[in-house]
Amino acid sequence: MGVEGIGARVARKEDKRFLTGKGRYTDDMSVPGMKYAVFVRSPHAHAKILKVDASAAKGMPGVIDVLDGKQILADGIGNLICGWMIHSKDGSPMKMGAWRPLAHETVRYVGDAVAIVVADSVAEARDAAEAVVVDYQELPVVIDASKAIEAGQPQLHPEAPNNLIFDWQIGDETATDKAIATAAHVTEVTIHNNRLSPNPMEPRAALGIYDAGDDHYTCYTTSQNPHVARLVMSAFYNVAPENKLRVIAPDVGGGFGSKIYIYPEEIVCLWASKRTGVPVKWTSDRTEAFLTDAHGRDHVSTVKMAFDASNRIIGLKVDTIANLGAYMSLFSSAVPTYLYATLLSGQYDIPAIHANVRTVYTNTAPVDAYRGAGRPEATYLLERTMETAARELGVSPAELRRVNFIRSFPHQTPVIMNYDAGDYEASLDAAMQAADWNGFAARKAEAANRGMKRGIGMSCYIEACGIAPSAAVGSLGAGVGLWESAEVRVNAVGTIEVLTGSHSHGQGHETTFAQLVADRFGVPLDSVNIVHGDTDKVQMGMGTYGSRSGAVGMSAVVKALDKVEAKAKKIAAHLMEADESDIVIENGELKVAGTDKSVPWFQMALAAYTAHNLPSGMEPGLKEGAFYDPANFTFPAGCYICEVEVDPDTGRTKIVQFVAADDFGNIINPMIVEGQVHGGIAQGIGQALLESVHYDASGQLLTASYMDYAMPRADDLPSFQVSTSNTPCPNNPLGIKGCGEAGAIGSPPALINAITDAIGNNALTMPATPQKVWAAAHAAK
Amino acid sequence: MAKVTMTVNGRQVSGHCDDRTLLVQFIRENLGLTGTHVGCDTSQCGACVIHMDGKSVKSCSILAAQAAGSTITTIEGLAADGELHPVQAAFKANHGLQCGFCTPGMVMTAVDMIRRHQGQLDEATVRAELEGNICRCTGYHNIVKAILAAAAEMSGARVAAE
Amino acid sequence: MYETQYHRASSVQDAVSRMEAAGEGKYVSGGMTLIPTMKQRLAAPSDLIDLRHIAEMQGISVNGRSVRIGAATTHDEVASAAALKAVCPAICHLAGHIGDPHVRHMGTIGGSIANNDPAADYPAAVLALGATIVTNRREIAADDFFTGLFETALEDSEIITAITFDAPAKAAYQKFANPASRYAMAGVFVAKRDNGEVRVAVTGAGANGVFRQMDMEAALAANWSPDALATVSVDATDLLSDLHADAAYRANLVKVMAKRAVAAA
Repeated sequence: MGVEGIGARVARKEDKRFLTGKGRYTDDMSVPGMKYAVFVRSPHAHAKILKVDASAAKGMPGVIDVLDGKQILADGIGNLICGWMIHSKDGSPMKMGAWRPLAHETVRYVGDAVAIVVADSVAEARDAAEAVVVDYQELPVVIDASKAIEAGQPQLHPEAPNNLIFDWQIGDETATDKAIATAAHVTEVTIHNNRLSPNPMEPRAALGIYDAGDDHYTCYTTSQNPHVARLVMSAFYNVAPENKLRVIAPDVGGGFGSKIYIYPEEIVCLWASKRTGVPVKWTSDRTEAFLTDAHGRDHVSTVKMAFDASNRIIGLKVDTIANLGAYMSLFSSAVPTYLYATLLSGQYDIPAIHANVRTVYTNTAPVDAYRGAGRPEATYLLERTMETAARELGVSPAELRRVNFIRSFPHQTPVIMNYDAGDYEASLDAAMQAADWNGFAARKAEAANRGMKRGIGMSCYIEACGIAPSAAVGSLGAGVGLWESAEVRVNAVGTIEVLTGSHSHGQGHETTFAQLVADRFGVPLDSVNIVHGDTDKVQMGMGTYGSRSGAVGMSAVVKALDKVEAKAKKIAAHLMEADESDIVIENGELKVAGTDKSVPWFQMALAAYTAHNLPSGMEPGLKEGAFYDPANFTFPAGCYICEVEVDPDTGRTKIVQFVAADDFGNIINPMIVEGQVHGGIAQGIGQALLESVHYDASGQLLTASYMDYAMPRADDLPSFQVSTSNTPCPNNPLGIKGCGEAGAIGSPPALINAITDAIGNNALTMPATPQKVWAAAHAAK
Repeated sequence: MAKVTMTVNGRQVSGHCDDRTLLVQFIRENLGLTGTHVGCDTSQCGACVIHMDGKSVKSCSILAAQAAGSTITTIEGLAADGELHPVQAAFKANHGLQCGFCTPGMVMTAVDMIRRHQGQLDEATVRAELEGNICRCTGYHNIVKAILAAAAEMSGARVAAE
Repeated sequence: MYETQYHRASSVQDAVSRMEAAGEGKYVSGGMTLIPTMKQRLAAPSDLIDLRHIAEMQGISVNGRSVRIGAATTHDEVASAAALKAVCPAICHLAGHIGDPHVRHMGTIGGSIANNDPAADYPAAVLALGATIVTNRREIAADDFFTGLFETALEDSEIITAITFDAPAKAAYQKFANPASRYAMAGVFVAKRDNGEVRVAVTGAGANGVFRQMDMEAALAANWSPDALATVSVDATDLLSDLHADAAYRANLVKVMAKRAVAAA
């Protein structure tokens, strides 16, 4: 590796603009004549809309117009869609109810958009929004998914009787039942995975600009995948044909999944811009974000894990109810199925697995992918069950895991996945050593002298990243292919632009993608620019989520670089009258191996564009594109260990150490990878210790601001000890597995295993708030 | 509509705004300084932190009219002559930012924190002092590291100058 | 935020005149509670009269053990006042743990006390210290001042100008913060006078706002030690229950925080 190449700890190119206040986020955009939008939202969790009366609002100061659901329906704007078809075990397709961008008949959760007010200022738009009179006829409400599928409950959508969207299964039920029946020991647990709000610090925003001269729309929006947004808004929502719609996701302040989806607001702003004749900008406030950003998790599962007499797992049976909220968000159906149940084998050799998943409508915000998306739910379920089993069986948690580790690869699990590479014991050993596991007893005794209860817990996770082979996901119901594109443009002066369909919203692509180029050609990092996030600049792409930008996005760049390299060598060979197979590229020069002949990179590039002296028949220029479709998922894995002290008087948990040992395959920039792990762990700790979305029985959101939704702050967290091992991924050219979600996947069970160890009571649900821990600690006495 | 005058990043500026206009709106919309951000409605996230008369404050919880006559520094005013302030440089060197949205508030907070503690900071103090700033990307690990590094460098530089 | 009209008062008298001329006016000092409340459209004063620039309401003076804190003094100024720390470090500690550094640069003692948020810290100190609330019209004993949730003895247009108290022999404040808001879920201020009188004030926990815990006061007057609280039972009847803490848990926290405060004093 060079100082700026693959594996180098390079400081980020994009940092300067963020550090000096020059970042350009959607809400920073301002165009001439721009007006401001505020949405009128339902205060009820379930109601019929009898009438929307905007006559008073329209006369208020600064108001341009008020538009409602009947108008957007009349203009032919389509329903929001879910892009992944799941079939129930009886063969019937999932039962999707209609989701209108502005509700005109029924509202189904608090925050459902009913109308848009466009005015000269946000304050005036808000004044007018309060003056829009909506007559509602309230309907009965159901919040809890387990209850919603019982008979006689309120019905959300006529398409989905008993609110059941699908009843899906995976694995071999007969074999699993047989294993359980013959087991030496069966561990049975009920696992709750708490509902979360993703909370990127930048709230969602959209700026819709309609140009009547060209009948063309531009949308600035907070998106992780602007091309998919354009595709969906064009093909399904009838906003405009793709050639008449430009979507730009400029700097985006975090996503964590919540900015994958195409929400009503961006559609409505584009439509409203045409209706009003002015550019329309909407920026969410934090309470709107809590109400309407897609939530994550919200599973309840019962688990049976069967062991033989030597503590080997012989069967796993899981029954999960997943709450999908009031409407099916874009990827909501994939999360509790193919992103969840396919990972239920974990790091373990389990011969028989069966999972049944029922997804349910409730009068709550839509639920979709949030950092990890299904994989944290699978890992939490497995690793809490393993911990419980170890306690029941009287063996150490590490030993139980070792006995069951998969040790040869490739490994076919009973739930679709084919693991390509891994060394799970290496991660476990590294984590235990870093955490000084063997010294824990002494630390516990010392803490007891201070009146503190000390506990330790581990978690061994696996995830499937780099989503995913297009043909494979297509066969499972995905509505899109999940490849990625890249284009490498070498300019006449030798500087390079890389256009990618991946989108950076904190991941540092402008640096890591450039490192690939610097590594390949030995050119300075400063001479490489990464272009992303604009459908007018980048041809097509699938965006960033599922830890896929390295494994898929960078692989596309590598393929394009291969083509550039081949042509560059041809040009250089021609210029030096050498054989192209003798050309090597080093330190920004193209050299003839074994001689002192060389051509500087820029000179080769200039030659490509002057085209005065190119090989016969070669086209001028130096620009190559590639699409990369992965051959398999990638399988990052690792072991996390958490050590805590619980204050028995207050129930407060202090994390005294947190160790992460991950196997991400090859790494482009260790500094950035560590940063991804830190952030993931913090979100995982947030889920386990602090965060939870709560609705009351009437469907009012109780956690609608940071006053009630506990976000992790600096003093809730320790510094983290992170390390990596490496079994390179054999299925992509860089050997990369992906690192974006691991922290959020591996950490929650480690923390809960540690707290339950400390207090001597295994009955504890996330988040482990002081009150819950205090009560559980006292119940244990 | 009232006329509000203040000194921002060393320049006297004036603008007309409603009395209900927040200082952060005045900075972003009237002055076009969009580096100061809004991340919550309840004065908790700290994305809007600026310096008013030399002290860190939350510009989302102050009216522009309340700030009239004061001296304001925003993130855009921190780097002198194009050189990153030592805190900005430390955030870059230590990867103390990812998406960048909370970053202006974090940096302004760190500068104020280092000033008040005369550069004498330890990890626990930094974590406690960050109570009013939320970051969703970094887990704070590298933010804490960056602030400690900047504090050490700035107090070292002061010692050297004395 | 609804429309409002801003006034900057130059003196206490100027502020009162402007308030009396206003329709539904409100005083604003640091504004750290009021402005966010207005942003959420939960308050809609026609006029805002800014007290932050009134010189006579600023500053801290310590005379022997007699303390006067101007109502417009910020939490940060109270937290870092050396003369005050020398005689009553507990109130400096309390002020240094209100909100966050940015809030402490703006928020004021007068504003906090006048607002009487049931989870605010200062009311506990004022009550436990037996402080006097000085207004432009009169002096009000702390015991008579806090009258309920967000309710005080202040009359229309009356302005708190200062807080006065005699420094206690021993005092300390301990709070257990709400994990989300970081406001006190239970905060206990204990103070012991030279004459042996003990006051214990609790914030964050009471359904009716700040209150004195008389059983603890009696136990500590007899024996100033954390152990003296072991046999005191905290009645949960009038304590708050919410998403984060039910009344029984709050009762436990009140006792734990009281013990820790006595130990720290």
